[in-house]
Amino acid sequence: MPAVSKGDGMRGLAVFISDIRNCKSKEAEIKRINKELANIRSKFKGDKALDGYSKKKYVCKLLFIFLLGHDIDFGHMEAVNLLSSNKYTEKQIGYLFISVLVNSNSELIRLINNAIKNDLSSRNPTFMCLALHCIANVGSREMAEAFASEIPRILVAGDTMDSVKQSAALCLLRLYKTSPDLVLMGEWTSRVVHLLNDQHMGVVTAAISLITCLSQKNPDEFKTCVSLAVSRLSRIVSSASTDLQDYTYYFVPAPWLSCKLLRLLQCYPPPEDGAVKGRLVECLETILNKAQEPPKSKKVQHSNAKNAILFEAISLIIHYDSEPNLLVRACNQLGQFLQHRETNLRYLALESMCTLASSEFSHEAVKTHIETVINALKTERDVSVRQRAADLLYAMCDRSNAKQIVAEMLSYLETADYSIREEMVLKVAILAEKYAVDYSWYVDTILNLIRIAGDYVSEEVWYRVIQIVINRDDVQGYAAKTVFEVLLHEPSKFGRWFGSVLLGRPLVQFNLLHSKFHLCSVPTRALLLSAYIKFINLFPETKATIQEVLRCDSQIRNSDVELQQRAVEYLKLSSIASTDVLATVLEEMPPFPERESSILAKLKKKKGPGAVSVTELDDSKREAGELNGGADRGPDTASTPSPSADLLGIRSAAPVGAAQTNAGSLLVDVFSDSGCSHFPFPLLPIHSLFVLLPICFHPCFVLGLSLHPCPVLWPPSSAPPSEDPAPPLSEADELLNKFVCKNNGVLFENQLLQIGIKSEYRQNLGRMYLFYGNKTSVQFASFSTTVSCPGELQLNVQSKPVEPLVEGGAQIQQVLNIECITDFCDAPLLNIKFSRYGGALQNLTLKLPVTINKFFQPTEMSSSDFFQRWKQLSQPQQEAQKIFKANHSMDTEVLKAKLLGLGTALLDNVDPNPENYVCAGVIQTKGQQIGCLLRLEPNAQAQMYRLTLRCSKDTVSKRLCELLAQQF
Amino acid sequence: MMRFMLLFSRQGKLRLQKWFTSMSEREKKKIIRDMTTMVLARQPRSCNFMQWKDLKIVYKRYASLYFCLGVESQENELLALEIIHRYVELLDKYFGNVCELDIIFNFEKAYFILDEFLMGGEIQETSKQIVNRSIEASDMLQEDDISEWYEVELFG
Repeated sequence: MPAVSKGDGMRGLAVFISDIRNCKSKEAEIKRINKELANIRSKFKGDKALDGYSKKKYVCKLLFIFLLGHDIDFGHMEAVNLLSSNKYTEKQIGYLFISVLVNSNSELIRLINNAIKNDLSSRNPTFMCLALHCIANVGSREMAEAFASEIPRILVAGDTMDSVKQSAALCLLRLYKTSPDLVLMGEWTSRVVHLLNDQHMGVVTAAISLITCLSQKNPDEFKTCVSLAVSRLSRIVSSASTDLQDYTYYFVPAPWLSCKLLRLLQCYPPPEDGAVKGRLVECLETILNKAQEPPKSKKVQHSNAKNAILFEAISLIIHYDSEPNLLVRACNQLGQFLQHRETNLRYLALESMCTLASSEFSHEAVKTHIETVINALKTERDVSVRQRAADLLYAMCDRSNAKQIVAEMLSYLETADYSIREEMVLKVAILAEKYAVDYSWYVDTILNLIRIAGDYVSEEVWYRVIQIVINRDDVQGYAAKTVFEVLLHEPSKFGRWFGSVLLGRPLVQFNLLHSKFHLCSVPTRALLLSAYIKFINLFPETKATIQEVLRCDSQIRNSDVELQQRAVEYLKLSSIASTDVLATVLEEMPPFPERESSILAKLKKKKGPGAVSVTELDDSKREAGELNGGADRGPDTASTPSPSADLLGIRSAAPVGAAQTNAGSLLVDVFSDSGCSHFPFPLLPIHSLFVLLPICFHPCFVLGLSLHPCPVLWPPSSAPPSEDPAPPLSEADELLNKFVCKNNGVLFENQLLQIGIKSEYRQNLGRMYLFYGNKTSVQFASFSTTVSCPGELQLNVQSKPVEPLVEGGAQIQQVLNIECITDFCDAPLLNIKFSRYGGALQNLTLKLPVTINKFFQPTEMSSSDFFQRWKQLSQPQQEAQKIFKANHSMDTEVLKAKLLGLGTALLDNVDPNPENYVCAGVIQTKGQQIGCLLRLEPNAQAQMYRLTLRCSKDTVSKRLCELLAQQF
Repeated sequence: MMRFMLLFSRQGKLRLQKWFTSMSEREKKKIIRDMTTMVLARQPRSCNFMQWKDLKIVYKRYASLYFCLGVESQENELLALEIIHRYVELLDKYFGNVCELDIIFNFEKAYFILDEFLMGGEIQETSKQIVNRSIEASDMLQEDDISEWYEVELFG
């Protein structure tokens, strides 16, 4: 029996706990528990009404049993009964039971809510706190529905006790996190912000958590908190260590509140008010200065609290990323911590430096610590510290140190903990790709990676490597050769094969491959079989040997269905198909369409949402670095510069044709450096040689038979390819002009794609239906369109994204909603991107036929009205006139149709000369109406026109005149 | 915010579990298993922080008990460590030289103290005096003293 039993000891409970502890086995424990459960059940069901104390004791026992890990299916009602007890300790146990063992039984929730409601309105602070705690602990939707409006009231009421305010603030925070839709902003919000000024530090500490969360979601509504937070922080930072009494923690004034204030400020950009900002910078400087002062206590609690504030201040400095002076100081401070004897500080310094590395101001300063970090990776005893060191090396890597960092990471991989190997592999693969200055380095690095950590090289890495190598002709040669050499020099029976190399060259290669066959996994064997059938296609002399291999029992009767099927089918194919058929079936796969690096995606996924920001920073850094990297890219990709392209230019795929013509002619002499180059080998085309990569890789590549994409492995990326929109087509203006006087028709057509348009306009609004038709039989992938308006704020065009896949022969539709804000000249641009499977990215830009005249409202008027208005518009800039030669038929009906199509009213009997045409209309924009009058005077003899426009706005006259001059 | 706090012995026996978000019993059991194995496997004098999924795990050993806190990634690890320490101080003040047995036999008190200190995964009150005062105040509320008990000068 324990000696300890404070407050209201429950003897029965203590006996029971002690019994459980004395149980020698799990079985004995369960037996004892079942006995107790039976006892409690009988008490609860008994005729005699239990008194409050017994009820409390039994509920407490049930709770204990539950916390031991056993299921409890009764006692809830008794616990709810305790809630309405007047005795504090009974109520308290009731609430504890409910908080730990919430049951979704709705009847029960209603009863619980009732009890809570009573306690909230009891005006007894202790009861109110218990009730608020229960709401916060359960935090269910039902509770939010019942209390979300009540709690803000309690929080800001003038007569609420401090302790209740604290509970109410945190209770509301919990409800806001679980059911934000139920917590409505209201007049209480501004009063909550002012809790930052509360004189009770406990209230401020509790309220600031709520305020921070609300500010993150509604920054504008809460932005007054910035100056309040700065002044509160400044008061704390400048206070002496004893000023704050019990809120001073080991000589550090209010560390929790200080950190929360600094955290709140991280929800906002630097303060705009100079005075506030000055005060804040002063605070940050004071915090940095204090770090250099001798400690006021030797206790670790003192230094922890002090450093907690320091790290939070550094986070804020990094968040602002605008004070180079502070950033460099922060970096120096972290540099000191990197060598601190406290492991915790080394860990945190590495972590914090990771974010610092992405700031342009401090990136260089971080890089100066590279040796220390590498040393940490090698010597730290704690795997979590080593992991942080690896993270930091990854973050500080750039072109200047990539080789060193990748080499260090590779050498660390040899001994790295299993828990972090996979992530390390991903990182090495990404860095190698991102900062590859020459391909041999890239290939060597990746091969090393495989050699060192083959088991941890995930499929994504493989696929990515294959993708890169296939799409880059200039890497292929080196890659194939190197892989071949790796195979060759592997400690196996290779010497004797070398002899036969001299006899039958393709056979040598085949035999080399086949000698490894039995060592390979099933998927790899499947790939090898596919490679064999390609051998037959390319080198008929190998046919007999390979057929024999395929025919042997271990292949054709293999217990693995996939292998067996391949063996049977390839054998059959090789014996019955003609050379032509074989060549067609086994034609080379086209290059891969560009897509986001799958390994980068995997790393993001692996790191979870919290760490994505780091990789996003990477991306932005990469965009910046791309400018330097451009020169390293091959000439074929340099012509399509794109800010987010991979270094190796994967995203800007090589032209389709180029790769195909290369397929046959690109032969790589694998032996040229092995001292055998004087033998005239008929060498394998590159794609066959690539089979030599010793582990399974992308089946589409080797498996020439499956010419369709493999959707499981290569889900077509739905993200639009990131390449800058192409400049508008040269014929874009011409296409646009076709639509000035009509609303429907085919806007564009080439051999792949047809774009049809239907549109209608009313007032200043328009709706346009775009129909994209795939004229080919092949699917378009990553189909995306973007509309951009060159003029600022003149047109507002809204559209929904289109489906990323357009099947062969299919048509998809897109609706654009258009609003004319003011008059405009330039038509919006429509950019369309898509890739055909295996083809290059199609990127074309057209002008959308939205012209100012689309917003015409026809205006009928009499002759006298017309001339009166004509005279009113007599300022020289209001008129635009053009004399031009007729380009089309001058037939009256055609002209009338065009003028009506223009959108104006065609006025009869206005012009004294019946040959002339006169039109009137009003252009509706969002802000104004622009009256327009038009006169067109044809001269049939000279085949000329004179066009005159008078509008209430000069720019409109000019633009209409330009547009119309093309129409007749 | 904090997601959970676990107290377990060197043998991996769970002594206290506090969850600040709703979670199924299955998830809880999984976390408890992961935490005990991870933390107990740590070498002495390792750092007190670990990354686990998207959470920061901060733990510290006091005598035979491990205190383990799971906090969201933007939280400050050092302060999380001091939250643990402050909780230990509060237990110590209440029980007087707290030991594992105190927490086993008075688990409900350990929960009450924690509730006064933390709420909804955030710090409610950092002052040791104030937390202790309210815990002691509730202890002094006598069982049979139903009459207007809250007017007793306990909350001044």
